[in-house]
Amino acid sequence: MTVQPTSADRPARTRADTPFRRIVRQFFENPLAVFGLIILVGLTVPSFLAPWVAPQNPYDIGTLDIFDSQLPPLSTSSSGDITYWLGTDGQARDVLSAILYGMRTSLIVAFSAVAGALFIGTAVGLIAAYFGGVVDAILMRTVDIQLSFPAILVALVLLSVLGQGIDKVIIALIVVQWAYFARTARSSAIVERNREYVLAARSLSLGSRRIIFRHMLPNTMPPLIVIATIDLAHAITAEATLSFLGIGVPVTEPSLGMLIANGFEFMMSGEYWISLFPGIALTLIVLGINLVGDHLRDILNPRNAQ
Amino acid sequence: MSAFVINRLLQAFFVLLVMSVLVFVGIYLVGDPISMLVSPEATDLERDAVRESFGLDRPIFVQYITFLGSALQGDFGRSFLTGEPALQLILERMPATVELVGFAMFFSVVIGVPLGIIAGLRPEATFSKVIMTGSIFGFSLPTFWVGMVLIMLFAVQLGILPTSGRGETVQVGPIELSILTLDGLRHLILPALTLGLTKASLIIRVTRAATREIQAMDYIKFARAKGLSSSRILRVHLLKNVLIPIITVAGLEFGQALAFAVVTETVFSWPGMGKLLIDSILTLDRPVVVAYVLIMVLFLVLLNLVIDLLYMVIDPSSREKVRD
Repeated sequence: MTVQPTSADRPARTRADTPFRRIVRQFFENPLAVFGLIILVGLTVPSFLAPWVAPQNPYDIGTLDIFDSQLPPLSTSSSGDITYWLGTDGQARDVLSAILYGMRTSLIVAFSAVAGALFIGTAVGLIAAYFGGVVDAILMRTVDIQLSFPAILVALVLLSVLGQGIDKVIIALIVVQWAYFARTARSSAIVERNREYVLAARSLSLGSRRIIFRHMLPNTMPPLIVIATIDLAHAITAEATLSFLGIGVPVTEPSLGMLIANGFEFMMSGEYWISLFPGIALTLIVLGINLVGDHLRDILNPRNAQ
Repeated sequence: MSAFVINRLLQAFFVLLVMSVLVFVGIYLVGDPISMLVSPEATDLERDAVRESFGLDRPIFVQYITFLGSALQGDFGRSFLTGEPALQLILERMPATVELVGFAMFFSVVIGVPLGIIAGLRPEATFSKVIMTGSIFGFSLPTFWVGMVLIMLFAVQLGILPTSGRGETVQVGPIELSILTLDGLRHLILPALTLGLTKASLIIRVTRAATREIQAMDYIKFARAKGLSSSRILRVHLLKNVLIPIITVAGLEFGQALAFAVVTETVFSWPGMGKLLIDSILTLDRPVVVAYVLIMVLFLVLLNLVIDLLYMVIDPSSREKVRD
């Protein structure tokens, strides 16, 4: 009994070009987007494997040799067993290892913040679109007000209240980003609300929660995925900026922003590598995300789809 | 139209009130400012005396009402550190920030609009693709890092531009301006370039999108069919309409840039209100932070109002769409 639907299903799947396959194919047609994806994979994979691939653990003070501080790129450690490809910083940390570990912190913060904002924002947007009326007006006014304030300012003030810490930065970033998702989710859900399948679900007297999350949500996902991708870039930059200003992640878990800030004073005396390389890593990762996101937007935009 | 303005003003007032409560209560929870004011050896009695002299011993609600009453008279309290009125401290620093942001926005429009129009007119040309890829690169660059790299290049390596401060200023009425002296201008270039780069990338993208949209409009086709020269179509028919979204975006971005100047000012030690905010946050100078935030809120609310009104003036068709 269960075999029949699957066997009927299979030829249909291979014959028709599924939306997912179309998206994947269109994505790989664009060399810039592929380039972005390669950068992303090339940076994220080693950073998540940092404890195994990094030449040194930059947080293990025991392994640091103070005589190795501020060495230029391509120097060899005084013990002779490590080559500092990108030089060392003022505390004798290998810059390459610090970048790998720091990028991991930056990515974790950004992913958590975007996931949180996506979850909260989408829920708010769908609820506003489904119920309409007063609920919609109140929620969307809040979104408008929130969006009229620059994200960096809101995050700054919030962090000055909450204090330092990875969790606090994530909270601050969720607070400044949820509104974008809410607005996007609402506008695409309003289109969906008037479709026949929602009407059909309503006439079956399904519960609101089920209609919103099982029926409307999957159909509002494409624009949300685009926003989430691009927001990931914003979150990484915002976290780096806050840490650079000294009110982001704590010194014990330096992110890319803090590495750059630490190298600032050395840059003035010509020891460029301490800030330059973490900055390049940060730029590349944001660029990779933006290239991928920009192209995803073109593909998923219904106006551009043939 | 007047109902719309009144509605927006009421809304602005409400936003200000809510923000004042949020900010005041929020900042109240941060650390104990007393520890910044008295020496570590001070006795409890001395601490209490200081606490009392600043009114910090009263309930938070009473403190807020007192604060709100004074704020309406333009008194935001005095800085815990210098003892100067918080409002005065911020207003003194405001011209430096506005000058920096204004110059940066000017730069971004001058660069962004022509490039955006070129990219919009010929979307398939190689040059346009280079512009668009460049703009993605432009807003992927972290502002603070760009500032540091510019310092390294132009100040440390080449030694041709200064790295910090405003340089020589000219007093114009009550405000000081750097832009009028050569030395001031040299100090302004790097920070403005840093701040303007991301904005230029954004303006390029907005202009391109608007150009492409407007180019497909019937009135452009008609103008072309009429045999008008392409430079006239570009100047009169296209540019005028492209400017509508650009003014909106540039206006909104002006507010964003004003807040983001915090970062640029920190990198270049530019003595503006953004640097003052960071310094005040790090030293727990509560009245200055609260005053800064409320002045920014006031400024942004007014800015949004002005943009809306401006929009109605330049785009007659939007007047009919106003519902409120």
